[in-house]
Amino acid sequence: MFKLEPRAAPSKALTLASPLIALAVTVVIGTILFAALGKDPLAGLRMFFVEPLRSGYALAELSLKATPLILIALGLSVCFRANLWNIGAEGQFVLGAIFAGGVAMQATPDTGRWILVAVLGAGVLGGMLWAGIVAALRDRFNANEILVSLMLVYVAEMLLSYLVYGPWKDPAGYNFPQTITFLEATRVPKLMQGLRMNIGVFIAAAAVLGFTLFLYRTFAGFQLQVGGLAPAAARYAGFSSRKALWTALLLSGGMAGLAGALDVAGPQGQLTPYVPLGYGFAAIIVAFVGRLNPIGIVFSAVLMSMFYIGGELAQSRLGLPKALTGVFQGLLLFTLLACDTFIHQRLRWVGTK
Amino acid sequence: MTGLTPESLALLIAATLNAGTVVALASLGLLINERAGVLNLGAEGMMLVAAIAGFATGVHTGSDWLGFAAGAAAGAVLAGAFGLLVIWLNTNQYATGLALSLFGAGLSAFVGITYTQQRLPERPHFAIPGLADLPFVGPAFFKQHPLVYLTIALAIGLTWFLMRSRAGLVLRAVGESPESAHALGYAVRPIRLLAVMTGGALCGIAGAYISLVYTPLWVEGMVAGKGWIALALTTFATWRPARVLLGAYLFGGVTMLQFQMQGQGVQIPSQFLTMLPYIATIIVLVLISRNPTWIRINMPASLGKPFHPGA
Repeated sequence: MFKLEPRAAPSKALTLASPLIALAVTVVIGTILFAALGKDPLAGLRMFFVEPLRSGYALAELSLKATPLILIALGLSVCFRANLWNIGAEGQFVLGAIFAGGVAMQATPDTGRWILVAVLGAGVLGGMLWAGIVAALRDRFNANEILVSLMLVYVAEMLLSYLVYGPWKDPAGYNFPQTITFLEATRVPKLMQGLRMNIGVFIAAAAVLGFTLFLYRTFAGFQLQVGGLAPAAARYAGFSSRKALWTALLLSGGMAGLAGALDVAGPQGQLTPYVPLGYGFAAIIVAFVGRLNPIGIVFSAVLMSMFYIGGELAQSRLGLPKALTGVFQGLLLFTLLACDTFIHQRLRWVGTK
Repeated sequence: MTGLTPESLALLIAATLNAGTVVALASLGLLINERAGVLNLGAEGMMLVAAIAGFATGVHTGSDWLGFAAGAAAGAVLAGAFGLLVIWLNTNQYATGLALSLFGAGLSAFVGITYTQQRLPERPHFAIPGLADLPFVGPAFFKQHPLVYLTIALAIGLTWFLMRSRAGLVLRAVGESPESAHALGYAVRPIRLLAVMTGGALCGIAGAYISLVYTPLWVEGMVAGKGWIALALTTFATWRPARVLLGAYLFGGVTMLQFQMQGQGVQIPSQFLTMLPYIATIIVLVLISRNPTWIRINMPASLGKPFHPGA
């Protein structure tokens, strides 16, 4: 029989190859799924892996999905490295959107361009506030951050629903649950005429650089990771676990809030009950598939965005449900985790017992 | 509260037991695998897949019981896949459970798309002959779905199993000290897999209960966090079945009180009332976690940790 045994050193090749193998397995399962649904598998795969990259328009749309995924996943990667399981980024995203929307609604036709800074800043604050609750309850009362952060997602969605059905409803909106459309001054500037791509991509690029420096070049980043990998060693070295807790959670909350602000002040343009699009959950997969590494996260965010757009295309062109996106995303994480075990272990034939 | 008549109080109690049963079933299942040392964060995903599996089976066969069986099977299969990964491949239990939750949400939405407009056939209401006709206690306690009573029996049976039976002792040993259990010759990994699959099956029955009995229809994401609340409940109950039951009814009461208040025309926006169960869960979690020592004494010692059998 086969036996799993630890490798002397983690396999470098597999560390890089594992996400690719996981993707290959996901594609194989996807092919089977398309065939089972009576669709041409090649046409199906084309929607997911070719069409989203084929034109300038498609690429611009891709960037709109990849930007929030990158921002949120960067923050989450810091949390996961510190062994803190913030899985409520979706709620922090919503709070960021609410705060940003609240500021954007204050604009008048005379308001200058400066207000965009306030809109985005408010988003960051909103996300930090929501993650801050998680940090405070964990710090003060030892409450499990997984459950608290997740419960707060539902609370955030209800808060948003209350605002758009109640006090923030557009009086001229025919009673639809939505705020006014935000004025031009508060909107994230687009890069090109006719495309929805906006300066969010530069913010994401700057964030990738910033997080790379933080993780690999700063003492705080180092302390945080030691705390995650070897809590006892971190304690012995005198690294504060409380500081790591607050840093990681506030950082990831702020990033999710920023993503929420960019999304409502960008493509969405107003608050509706449909602000939460699942980016906060998908970003968990992005972070893992990207090896919790900023550059890896860029690649996996692009891949995950292809799944999003592929799902939409499969719906409009092949008549397949859009929920395929979620199936593929979940499968990818599953197969990745399975493949990852072979980085630290290997299969060996040990004969029959 | 004004306007609370004995009739409406009886209905409130009945609704509380009904709502509590969903989380109780799932939480008792999770308790079994946590007692064996495995933490499955995939409860929400398993319940969603089981909800659609149960609903679809109910629509096609007209039988609730086949629906529950389908839900249990769906939960057990997903839990089995999770178990193979975390028990044999030693993947991270947090990440794998999360993957299961995300995958389950996607899969159930995907499969369920053709069922959103479907209706279940009309079924008779259950009532215990004789007792159901008693004033007040009849409508409050004796007109429930059989699973409500079975869940109470399950909690009692599980207490006996864990504390009084030899098999239960082995299960706890595997969760407290897998090394010792292994040294004594017990097959730690298969026992853990069995516990995980049993937990999954119970989560599955809970999921099917949602779509067949609690709100008999299919809506995407209809489990609405009850899987996560069930997870919180095992900690709240310090891994004891009777306390799980108590906590579940408490949660059911909070959920139903919200509907009651909406019905009474209380001047609070409905969204804030809908938040109540989630906020209550956070508050309970905070109260229970304040004393880390107490949690540590009660928690299965190897919970969440992988086990590598020696040569």
